[in-house]
Amino acid sequence: MKSFTYTVQDELGIHARPAGLLAKAAGAYKSVVMIDNGTKKADAKRLMAIMSMGVKKGVTVTVTVEGEDEDVAAAAIEEFFKTNL
Amino acid sequence: MIVKEGKSVFKGVAIGKIFVYRKAQKAVSKEQVEDTAAELQRYEAAKGKALEQLKGLYEKALRDVGEEEAMIFDVHQMLLDDLDYNDSIHGIIENDKMNAEYAVFVTCEQFAAMFLSMDDEYMRGRAADVKDISERVISILNGTQVSPEAMPEPVIILAEDLAPSETVQFDKSKLLSIVTQKGSANSHTAILARTMNIPSLVMTDIEPSLEYHGRTAVVDGFAGLIYIDPDEETMAKMIEKKGKADAQRALLQEMKGKETITKSGKHIHLYSNIGGVQDVDAVLENDSEGIGLFRSEFLYLGCDDYPSEEVQFEAYKTVLSRMGGKKVIIRTLDIGADKQIDYFDLPKEENPALGFRAIRICLTREEVFRTQLRALLRASAYGTLSIMFPMIISVKEIVRIKEIVEEVRLELERENIQVGDFELGIMIETPAAAVISDQLAPLVDFFSIGSNDLTQYTLAIDRQNQSLDAFFDPHHEAILRLIQMTCENAHKHGAWCGICGELGADMELTAKFIQMGIDELSVSPGYTLELRKRIREC
Repeated sequence: MKSFTYTVQDELGIHARPAGLLAKAAGAYKSVVMIDNGTKKADAKRLMAIMSMGVKKGVTVTVTVEGEDEDVAAAAIEEFFKTNL
Repeated sequence: MIVKEGKSVFKGVAIGKIFVYRKAQKAVSKEQVEDTAAELQRYEAAKGKALEQLKGLYEKALRDVGEEEAMIFDVHQMLLDDLDYNDSIHGIIENDKMNAEYAVFVTCEQFAAMFLSMDDEYMRGRAADVKDISERVISILNGTQVSPEAMPEPVIILAEDLAPSETVQFDKSKLLSIVTQKGSANSHTAILARTMNIPSLVMTDIEPSLEYHGRTAVVDGFAGLIYIDPDEETMAKMIEKKGKADAQRALLQEMKGKETITKSGKHIHLYSNIGGVQDVDAVLENDSEGIGLFRSEFLYLGCDDYPSEEVQFEAYKTVLSRMGGKKVIIRTLDIGADKQIDYFDLPKEENPALGFRAIRICLTREEVFRTQLRALLRASAYGTLSIMFPMIISVKEIVRIKEIVEEVRLELERENIQVGDFELGIMIETPAAAVISDQLAPLVDFFSIGSNDLTQYTLAIDRQNQSLDAFFDPHHEAILRLIQMTCENAHKHGAWCGICGELGADMELTAKFIQMGIDELSVSPGYTLELRKRIREC
């Protein structure tokens, strides 16, 4: 299992569009990708579930990636967070 | 060729394809299905079609208005593809053996409720997106299209009738004309048509049947006729007529940049009526000198929950800044009567026009009023703002309003938020206000006469009731006397007096209004140049 933490910089938090792009990005891998904000967990492949976490600016999330392609997936998703959120 | 007659509400000629608008099916049928596999397929096919429409809308918006505006359609595609959303729909069809429409409807309710329960305002707003995508799928399943956005080109809307909450969501660049079976010359559809300068008909002798959908038609706003599948001769005649109307409009362009002064040299303030930020373009394009009526209720009609202070502030600030120091008169919330909003949860009334509406709601539900006032006062720092209160009948109301405004101002001051100068005025739209205008004038900076309501209340004629159009006389002596009296009383006490109702654009009365001493006329942006021309002749 791979994991990393990331503090959201975007003014609106994880809002609809980046959440959708994240679901798409995570969906490209076989690994299970979970986001945890300390109180709630969501499957990163599920857009509305991510949105329902209501992650705001300044919140630190822990992302775990588990599966056969976890190395590439974790690197790609971490990069996604840095670029989009 | 089919020819039908209606009552024209804006002169001009429109040529295009008909779009039959039907109300979104609010009540979704709930049915058991046997063949769940076929039902799943129905859902998938409808979803595929919806995704295709959204993709088309995204590309079109990207070309026309840019990426930021287009993004919403991208988000809608992603929402529609969401796994949880689709799992829920599949589950209801497969396990509960329910029809696809019902499955989408129930899922929509559930996800919308989830978003609405969040403590983040942005996320609560997403409930509307979930409803939007679900309605799109349901309308495809039902075989009823709900949104003219889906049309690739501008259309002539054919509908039974349109509520303000429906017209507000139309993409205005897609409207060539509106033709309604019901409605009256003073309905909100008519007002919208005039704001947008589109030739339109109300009370038209035509059923909004789907058989007309997609057929070519010509709307002749001069004659009050719609031709469906026009023959060659008619088409040629109409193209010529349209050319002339367009040329006439071009001629008025000469009035741009000219002063609005009467022959005797009096300057009349010529302002515009608008319903939202999107109308400012039309105001500037028609060289209007300010905004005489910003109907703020359209901010409330466009959403699923009370618009926050921030959302309102942004809208007011945008309008004030775009008008660059020109006067902007914003009317506080005027709902009730014919403008109903679900989330206000107003009790059903026997007689809504004489009921709980406008300032009466604001003075009862003060928190709603204070939110709007905070947004207005904050925006006052960005331009020349006047605030106007609707449906006033007494001195007592103004005294209370001024107390609240002062409290809000002090509150903002304590928070170190900048507040600019602003004028306070009232609408004169009840006979009571006109009759005691001598008592009201000392308390305010200005009066603006709302002639539509003043007429309906003075003549006791419901403006939504089409069968009364024959009795309706906007030039009735009683109304003209009330206007005269109001204007004189304003001037006696150092207030100015304008007209922001439809009567302001009535060119037959322009000379009379000038003679009465009216200081300002506020009309739909499309009438600005024509009225300037008329004023210069008086």
